[in-house]
Formats: sequence, structure tokens, C-alpha cells
Amino acid sequence: MKEIVVISGKGGTGKTSITASFAILGGKDIVVADCDVDAADMYLLLQPKLKTEEDFYSGYAAVINREKCLNCGKCASVCHFEAINLVECLYTVSSINCEGCGYCAKICPVDAITLVEQNVGKLYISATKADNMMVHARLRSGADNSGKLVARVKQEAKQIATETGKELVIVDGSPGIGCPVVSSLSGADYVVLVTEPTVSGLHDLKRVYELVNRFHISAGCIINKADINPDVANQIEVYLIENNIVHLTDLPYDEAFTAAMTIGQTIVEYDHDKLADLLTASWNKIKQILSKEQQ
Amino acid sequence: MKITIASGKGGTGKTTLSTNLAMYLAEQYQVVLTDLDVEEPNSGLFIHGKQTYMADMFKMIPEWDQAACTLCGKCQDVCNYHAVMKLGNRVMVFPELCHSCHACSELCLAQALPMHQIKMGELRQYKAGNLDFIDSRLDVGQEQAVPLIAQTLAYVEQNFDTTYLKLFDAPPGTSCPVIKATQNADLVILITEPTPFGLHDLKLAIETMRELEKDFVVVVNRFGIGNDDVIQYCENENIKVLAKLPNDRRIAELYSRGELVYPHIPEFAEQLRLISDFITNKQGMHI
Repeated sequence: MKEIVVISGKGGTGKTSITASFAILGGKDIVVADCDVDAADMYLLLQPKLKTEEDFYSGYAAVINREKCLNCGKCASVCHFEAINLVECLYTVSSINCEGCGYCAKICPVDAITLVEQNVGKLYISATKADNMMVHARLRSGADNSGKLVARVKQEAKQIATETGKELVIVDGSPGIGCPVVSSLSGADYVVLVTEPTVSGLHDLKRVYELVNRFHISAGCIINKADINPDVANQIEVYLIENNIVHLTDLPYDEAFTAAMTIGQTIVEYDHDKLADLLTASWNKIKQILSKEQQ
Repeated sequence: MKITIASGKGGTGKTTLSTNLAMYLAEQYQVVLTDLDVEEPNSGLFIHGKQTYMADMFKMIPEWDQAACTLCGKCQDVCNYHAVMKLGNRVMVFPELCHSCHACSELCLAQALPMHQIKMGELRQYKAGNLDFIDSRLDVGQEQAVPLIAQTLAYVEQNFDTTYLKLFDAPPGTSCPVIKATQNADLVILITEPTPFGLHDLKLAIETMRELEKDFVVVVNRFGIGNDDVIQYCENENIKVLAKLPNDRRIAELYSRGELVYPHIPEFAEQLRLISDFITNKQGMHI
């Protein structure tokens, strides 16, 4: 079983629209994982039927037992996250600031502090309209530990793939280069980088690829909105060649992306012309690269 | 006054709004813009100024002192992140897992885990006309944005007094880096697109702002594309839509070249004026 991760560094480059198109093209042969848990939008295009849902617990937050607490303030003095402050003369934990390190609980002279496991979101398993299973999640707003939720989503998707004999897992990653992205990349077999020919697109592509390179994963790139700036598109192309990244395709700037999304469709369902052809060709190319690597 | 520009969804125009609004406001006021999207900082691509300051940014992690260690294993028991582990007769520290809580170091009876600094990123300050601009970037390979965001906020706090209007470009999403970036703001401007993705992520962002009890307004970008659902939603929820930035391919092209929009597109400048008026008129708040 192989795992393809789609990431972009920069947000809004069309990553989810493209991943959802691949999910349709892959059909019953794949399992889909939406690891952009902060902004898990893919379900809007794949319209999955919910099969199971469960709460996801990860990390801790300190809770002070008022009956035991002496209000001595030792906890506040050791906290490095400004998470314990005086509120109306009582030392109080801000669960938003608390990182769950437990230092306060360990030094409390009367054992008044306990660490409570945090419900940080929900994990869903659904069946999509493309006849495949999709694992997705919703991080509770403001929650910590999105990296752990990403890892869990991937783990579930892989397990479903193994149990049902599917060859591919396709993962929609999150923007940035931090913990959720690192978590998306770990264990991946191939990375699809979605970028756009803007100064930001190129800048962010370079940073995220530097990260991909540390994982020694081979990568291909789709330049979306390629005609918006031919100069930067050329610079991206040079960068791809220099770094041995396969240039999968160029997609034109096209408001069909938005029009399709507005009626809950992927590009390959909405457009029966150029965009669909380009995406289908890219998908076939990715599958070909993966099967070659296997040999 | 501190204003953070945030969005649930990435790529909705946070950087476009932050940079244009900052330069626009700086024509009249003392403004400092800080890029808190430390994972992928882009504001600096649009603001061309003279660098006036640069510093490496550090986070603290424990370092094992073999000679002092008694191998009691308390450090491993204390660490909730599995960042310190006793393996045989060695203690290993995994810096990428460490949250710098200092517990292992300060609770070590043998003082065998003194805290040391490691570099996590870089902060640069620029002057572009009347605008001060702070660019803060995480080193590739560092996973935690929050400590750098916190230190960058502290830097701005120390170096710019209340006579400055402070703008912050936040990271996308609704998780811990966004919380840190918006926590101390007097006003949050949520920028979105009038699309199903835009609406979905806007709702999450609004939920987060309500939980933080933040004062917030919405700016709709690429107005004219997609559908009316975002506007309708804001109306129903009694949320102020402060401005509607036009959907115009020329804006995308200017952006692609790293250029500011408002000097070229009057309709865009007009919308910036609405935002600027709102900010400067805001009752009970002073720049």
C-alpha cells in the first residue's frame, strides 16, 4: 500500500480541490484522508455519508481542586506558559494557555492539581460518492495537538486500506511547515506539491520542499493558475528541475474551481474539458511513478 | 490598538489585506505590521524596506550533563511529552518534542539537565517609509510555531508603545498558533471568500473568536465570485461585514508579482478606506 500526500505550504492554492478530484479519479481503489484538520473542507466536495464518529482525546490541561488548594501560588510561579493567573484573588488555570506539561501538579504541596485529558476534536469515517472510504476529522476550535489528530487520521486510513485490500491512500495535508505538516509527511511514499506562480507561492513552495526533502520522499508538482504570472511560473519550473521534482502539470487560472465548489462538485465532475483532462493525466502519471518505484 | 488579521481558510487574502492596509494606514499614522505566520511568512514579499534589526530567536531545551546525572529516571517520569527518555545508562533529549516547560530541568535533584537555548527562527525589522515591519520566520524543521509567535509578540510589545497602531498577520487555521496570534488583539479582522470553503472555515474562525471573547469583523475578499451564503450568514448572525474586496484578475496578477494593490486599483483603495475609517473611528479605543 502506498501513501500520497498533497501539500502546498501556502494556503488557497487549490490543494483540496485537486485532492478531491484525485479521490474521484481513484474511485473504489483508494482510501481518502483529510489531514487538514484545522480547515477540513474536503467533505464539502465528496459529500460523504457518515459511518462512524468518535471523540479524539489528546494532551492534558491542569485543573485545580478548590477544596484542596491553599492558593499558595507555587503553581503559577513554575508555569512557563502564563497559564495560571490570579482571577478574583484565586489562582486559576487558563485552559487555552495550558500546555499540559504537568509541572504545576508535580510541585503542588497539597496535590490539588490534576491533569485532565483533553477532548480536542472528532474523528469520522465516511463513505464518499466516489465509492471509497474517507477518514476525516474536526479539530475543536482553539485546540492543541493537531499533529496528533493528523497522525490518527492517517493511521485509520491506512488500516482501512489494509483491511479492504486497497493499494493507495491519498492524503490532503495542511498548509505551513509545522507539526501537522510534519505529521502528514511521516510515512508518506509520494508528495504532490500544489503551488501557484506568485511570489508567495514560490517562497512557500521552497520552504515546504526543504521539509519534504528531509524526509527523502520523491515529489511531483502541480502549478495551479499557471497563466497568472508566466515569469514566476518559469522560476518555479527552474526550481523543479534543479530539485528533481516532477512537473506533473500546469492548470490555468479558472473560476470553474469556485463554480464547481459552489455546487458541491470536484473539478473532474464539473468540467468535462481541459481541466478534467489535465487532472486525469496527472493522476495517471502519479500512479505510474508509484508503480515504477515499486519495481 | 492591536488588530489581528486572521482567517480560517488559507489563501483568502490575509497577507494582501495586511500589507495593503498597513501601507495605507502608514500614510497617516504610525503603524507597525508584524507577520505572525511564522511557518510561511509572506508579508515581506510585498513590503520593501530597509532592514534595521535582525536577531536569532531561541527556545530553551534541556541538555544532559552525563557527569552530574545519577540516572534516577525522574526526568523521564516528569516529562509529559516523551521528550526526555532514560535509555540504559543514558538520558536522551528530543528537542522537537520539548515544549520548554523546564520541569525536568528544575526538578532534577542532580541538576543534570540544565536548560540551553537552541535556535528556532529569525526576527527581522524593516522600515518602509513610515511603516515599521517585523518579519518573523520559523526555521524549516522546527515544528512548533507558538513559542516563536509568543516571543515575536513580546518583541513588538517592548519596542512599540501605545502611540503605534499595531497590525498582525496571523497564520491560517484555528489551532494553537492562531490562538496565540489573536489572544491579545483588541480587534480581529476575519477575511474570507464567498465560497463554500470560505464559509465553512469562517464559521470555525468565528467560533474560535467567540470562545476567546474577541471583538471581530469580517472582510469578504474576491467579492462577486461564488455565492451569497457568506454575506447571508453574517447578516443572520449580526456580524459586521466591514468591506468587500473585489474579485478581479488584475489583483491576482499584482499579488503574483509582489506588488501592493491599492495604488493601482481604486475600487480596492475605496474598500481600504472603509476599513481605515472603521479602525480610526472605533469608539473607546485609541491608537
